[in-house]
Amino acid sequence: MWKFLGKRLLQMLVTLLLFQAVTYFLIDAQPGDIADLLAMDPNIPPNERARLRAELGLDRPPVERFLTYIGNFYTGNLGVSFEEYPTKVIDIIKERLPRTLVLFVTASIVSFWTGFITGKVLAWRRGGFIEYASTITGVTLYTVFTPWFALMMIWLFAVKLDWLPAGKFLDPVEWLDAPITANLVFARMIWTALAGLVVMFAGFLLSNRVERRYRTGLRLASVLLPVGGVLLYWWDSGLALYGWDILSHLILPVLTVTAIAYGGMMLLTRTSMLETLREDYIMTARAKGLSEKVVRDKHAARNALLPVWTGLVFSIGGSISGGIITETMFSWPGIGLALLQAAQVADIPVAMGAFTLLGVMTLVSHLVADVGYAFLDPRIRYT
Amino acid sequence: MMTTDAKVTRVEYVPLWRVRLNLLLKSVRTNWALFAENPVGLVGLGVIIFFGLFALAHPILMNTVWEPRIYHPTMGYDMEIMAHPSGPSARHLLGTDPLGRDVLSQLMYSTRYEFVLGLLSAIVTVLIATTIGAVSAYYGGIVDTLLMRLVDLVIMVPFIPILIVMSSLMEVGMLELALIIGVLSGFGGTSIVVKSQALTVKVKPFIEAARIAGGGDAHIILKHLVPNLTPIALLYMMFVVTGAIFSEAVLSFFGLTTIEMSWGLMINVTQTQGYLMNFRTWYLLIPASLAITLLCAAFYLVGRALDEVVNPRLRRR
Repeated sequence: MWKFLGKRLLQMLVTLLLFQAVTYFLIDAQPGDIADLLAMDPNIPPNERARLRAELGLDRPPVERFLTYIGNFYTGNLGVSFEEYPTKVIDIIKERLPRTLVLFVTASIVSFWTGFITGKVLAWRRGGFIEYASTITGVTLYTVFTPWFALMMIWLFAVKLDWLPAGKFLDPVEWLDAPITANLVFARMIWTALAGLVVMFAGFLLSNRVERRYRTGLRLASVLLPVGGVLLYWWDSGLALYGWDILSHLILPVLTVTAIAYGGMMLLTRTSMLETLREDYIMTARAKGLSEKVVRDKHAARNALLPVWTGLVFSIGGSISGGIITETMFSWPGIGLALLQAAQVADIPVAMGAFTLLGVMTLVSHLVADVGYAFLDPRIRYT
Repeated sequence: MMTTDAKVTRVEYVPLWRVRLNLLLKSVRTNWALFAENPVGLVGLGVIIFFGLFALAHPILMNTVWEPRIYHPTMGYDMEIMAHPSGPSARHLLGTDPLGRDVLSQLMYSTRYEFVLGLLSAIVTVLIATTIGAVSAYYGGIVDTLLMRLVDLVIMVPFIPILIVMSSLMEVGMLELALIIGVLSGFGGTSIVVKSQALTVKVKPFIEAARIAGGGDAHIILKHLVPNLTPIALLYMMFVVTGAIFSEAVLSFFGLTTIEMSWGLMINVTQTQGYLMNFRTWYLLIPASLAITLLCAAFYLVGRALDEVVNPRLRRR
């Protein structure tokens, strides 16, 4: 296992280097650089522009610049933004990465879980109205024009019902005399949510080991205790209002990305279940007289999970892309929005940083999916 | 003796092309029967045909009832209406956009480009994916490893971000976009699917028979391997069309392409003119968005129905 991980990490590093090289030269090949964008400004004379170019290192050949960039990148120096000049790229990324990660990870997990459960049930009840309705819903969610879907969500929840704010990270009016910065509040939100989830997960794992009659109580406790604890912590900290402000801005983007990823997951699970249901061992399980629920959940669904998990790997790129569109529509200041803005003004360091980060996110999720595969399928062993 | 021989040789001569045509027609008939069992696939096909007619109707309308000065999709302007955008009326069934152009005309005009884009990128994808799949399955070894690592790299690239980067790098028109999408998805997931199919075909007896009969590598790949990969490649064409139309719409919506008119651009105009969040001017947003969603979904549905034809394990019986 460890040998496999080491080999895999090495492969990932090579892939990342290639990936960086391709993107660097792609971005670099753009006609015009940041100094040209200032050419329209009469206050900046040509020699000053040349000086700016020399200062930013834009006068040197691309290969040399790329090698410098890679050298700096792996020693932790991601450069300085051209657009917002003195800001370090690493600071921009530090601020924006958690926001994108929360959006992406939450949506991926929730859509995988809900998609798997509904797909499982839908494959079991084949035919009739439910089948067509579910297929149509799934395909619509899967192929819907994402910006439009986001707009419709805004229209429904922010304009018509007026339950949630329409976009952005927070409401600046409420933060005028906030004691700490939004990033700190957000970080605290992530940590408390993680702690709560860990307790919840541990409780559920434990509940499978105890006697049957204690099970329901333990499960109930492992849901209520962490939720209550987190709520109590926020109530006690006096920052609950600020936390709620960020949370209410977060709900709509997460809901949108989840709904879009859900369609694909549900369809995939359904197809995979239908294939599994034709296997001989399903007939054997039925012939043994097992209940329908046991056949469905223990015999069919567990085997149907494997292709769905593979599908998850392929869909990761798609959900990151979907995340970028959603970030733009909701003005959610994450990595994707940073990339879109930087690419438009030839801000090479920020664009490279954001793009590399998206690449790393994809690579890591592929690795997680591959390792998960070994856990799901005992026939697969990485040696 | 002579007479019987003559009888035998006087069997009616059927040219080879007619045999092949008959076989083709027969397989089309049986596969159509399988396809038609699935109403969802038929709905998809119906939507595609509808959009096809929709696209064809535009030049006819422009030459007959619609005056080009008013109804031209990019340069038309209706002087008789005071304030643009204006809502649906008898003159403009779907209203006019903020620049005074007819929305329905734009919608119809764009349709043909969506088809061209989708089909072109699908053809490029299929060409690349079939080549990679067949070659890497047939030769194996180092060729296979190199190609598959390349595929891994391309799969890893997040699709929309790379298109954003590419479009800031150069002028991306319809043709360039189709080529980029075709190349990216051809080197991506599609080639893996085609390769796995090629691996199962490669070990079939007829390949071995062809080799024993003295067929070279190129002959075996082109005449025996590739024809058996076409069904699965055709199936994935449908999914590529969905992806291509969607990507074009997103890019045009962000204003990153140089396409003169498309569904995505219609929404982009709505946004740049400040009507995006104005939900009373629904006719600027809904028709184009709905058209994108419908056409994407239609190709996807046809793809799924074809999947049931190609893959018997998904069928109901």
